[in-house]
Amino acid sequence: MSTTSEPALTSLPEVAAPAVPAAGLRTAERRQRRLAYLQVGPLALVFLVFFVVPLVLTLVVSFWEYNEYEIIPSFTLQNYADVFEGCLSGGDLCTTFRTYLSTLKFCLLGWAFTLVIGFTVAYFVAFHVRSSTMQTVLFLICTIPFWTSNVIRMIAWMPLLGRNGLVNDGLMSLGLIRTPIEGLLYSDFSVVLAFVHLNTVFMIVPIFNSMMRIDRSLIEAATDAGATPWQTLWNVIVPLAKPGIAIGSIFVLTLIMGDFVTVGVMGGQQIASVGKVIQVQMAYLQFPAAAANAVVLLGAVLLVIVALTRLIDLRREL
Amino acid sequence: MSDATKTPGLTRRGLLQGAGAAAGVAAGSGAITGFPAIHAADPVTLRYLGTAVNQSGDIARKVKEDLGITIEYIPVVTDEVSKRVVTQPNSFDIVDSEYFSLKKLMPSGNLMGMDARRIKNADKITPVFTKGEVAGKTIGDQGTAPKKVFYLEGQNSTKFAASPTEWITLIPTTYNADTLGIRPDLIKRPITSWKELLNPEFKGKASILNIPSIGIMDAAMVVEATGDYTYPDKGNMTKAEIDRTMKVLIDAKRAGQFRAFWQDFNESVNLMASGETVIQSMWSPAVTKVRSQGIACTYQPLKEGYRAWATGFGLPKTLSGRKLDATYDFINWFLSGWAGAYLNRQGYYSAVLETAKENMAPYEWAFWMEGKPAEQDIKGPDGTVLEKAGAVRDGGSFEQRMGAVACWNSVMDENTYMVRKWNEFIAA
Repeated sequence: MSTTSEPALTSLPEVAAPAVPAAGLRTAERRQRRLAYLQVGPLALVFLVFFVVPLVLTLVVSFWEYNEYEIIPSFTLQNYADVFEGCLSGGDLCTTFRTYLSTLKFCLLGWAFTLVIGFTVAYFVAFHVRSSTMQTVLFLICTIPFWTSNVIRMIAWMPLLGRNGLVNDGLMSLGLIRTPIEGLLYSDFSVVLAFVHLNTVFMIVPIFNSMMRIDRSLIEAATDAGATPWQTLWNVIVPLAKPGIAIGSIFVLTLIMGDFVTVGVMGGQQIASVGKVIQVQMAYLQFPAAAANAVVLLGAVLLVIVALTRLIDLRREL
Repeated sequence: MSDATKTPGLTRRGLLQGAGAAAGVAAGSGAITGFPAIHAADPVTLRYLGTAVNQSGDIARKVKEDLGITIEYIPVVTDEVSKRVVTQPNSFDIVDSEYFSLKKLMPSGNLMGMDARRIKNADKITPVFTKGEVAGKTIGDQGTAPKKVFYLEGQNSTKFAASPTEWITLIPTTYNADTLGIRPDLIKRPITSWKELLNPEFKGKASILNIPSIGIMDAAMVVEATGDYTYPDKGNMTKAEIDRTMKVLIDAKRAGQFRAFWQDFNESVNLMASGETVIQSMWSPAVTKVRSQGIACTYQPLKEGYRAWATGFGLPKTLSGRKLDATYDFINWFLSGWAGAYLNRQGYYSAVLETAKENMAPYEWAFWMEGKPAEQDIKGPDGTVLEKAGAVRDGGSFEQRMGAVACWNSVMDENTYMVRKWNEFIAA
């Protein structure tokens, strides 16, 4: 059981391709098809109007020229040249790479911590809590932080972490430190802390959901076959919880990549983020420059998601 | 989830809106007479686009009472004001905008010149705007000084006139002189120069604004104060000057000079009140707010002078008929004293000082405008005590403060480059 489970999992029977009708559809079938199109129609329309159109507009505008007060519809690559200004010259890292590197760092740290914490919490609630009432109660407790806005949840850290905050005061009165630790607030540490605090729930929910779908008899079988609890966890539960992990990871990674409020507030505005760059440009009516940055960001996020879906075939696992 | 959280309204003037929304005040508000039209019979509603401060409920109530005009506020942040004027010029009837935005707004052709002949007190507007003078003395005009953008060549012109014409771009509502805020209890020595902002003595305890066009001017004040370089115009730097200024900022940032940068009013209050910073660029009402928490905070006058800003009313070009008449009536009312006194009591300055004076108690005028010690407790428009009797306003009188203006908030010609460099600074 221990080492053979992975290949066994990937060799699940492929979903059979829908049979192609040989000689044209019967009326009933055709009607059913029309009905199906009608049913997806509203959602498709919503997507078209609120997703595809704005996206295409953003893409188009990113190639336009602009000045202080107007956007000029003539093709230019200048906005992209500005985004990557100095990136090919070597030497010091250019602003864009530096910003993305910093964002990537937060992504990895935030993802790792939320994954470990989220998985642990979900595992506990799914497998160690017996009564389903209790499970529901505990699950709801996880959502309590969402009763206030995320800005408030961030700001709540400040009296704790500040130079004269609770943590520093506590450590100093215990005699553990002499001078306050400055790096608690407005630092990488505080940013990662806030990300973990804000986003762990997005990991817990899908992982918990996947875990609840795991057939309990599989775990019994693993135990009967002589697997230790760790082996069961690693070889049975983790692979079966993969879709949840993937969905949670996509949530967390995209949230962190596009974030500028948390980085701004917890980093004391001293740490760059792509979102912040875009926001500043928007504020100065430099829409095409902002659009170019947004397109680059979109590309980066898509790359991450493609990489993730390479690891796990989401559609099949669901 | 993240981009929805930029709280609107928390701008420098956000605080006082709250103050204004409270109780009625009107200490010494005489009856205002002589208005041609009372609009009560056939009500007019004006959509008033602007940042929060001048949009107090008290002012709207008073306008309704005196003129019968209903004011419908559209409160947004400064950047959003310009964005709206440029992109949605039909979404408001009157706009309260910063003068420095005019360089972006007028070329868009969406605002019209205001007819000075229809503004009753036009000739009484303080010479700070019309001539760039205070008490006969010329004040600093680097950056977008209002006098540079005050007049248009014609009603529908998009060009600023070099000499006075009868077409005014914006009728001033509020203006003030900004400087550094300090915590005297933590610094324990006199601060007299902008260069102290980057003094390593305050390593990890300084802060500036994360608003590029303003932050870079504060940095330029520092550079000039250290004697490194003298700018021909701090408000309109060349690329080389931007590079030079940014280098100073980046070096300071890498050396750990800054505790944080702030972007909205409350952030600056919290940084200062918690002692995270002891010296930072700040706005006047933020200093007042820190002080009202019982924490020592001084709005420190500095020998190099102040960085000033100003806002004013503009009219969209599409306005006509009764709405247009109503906006002129409203502006005339605004300059007639009650509103001016109301704003002066918040620590701002108003456009027509003599009418505001008539609407303020002599002791209030002496404290706010003449820099004299308060004869009795100074109260804000909502009745809270802002300063105890005996206190003196930081920086002194109107003439001392506005007279020492060195430069004005501005939009540079190299704005795009500057914003890019600023992003580089944040990423450094």
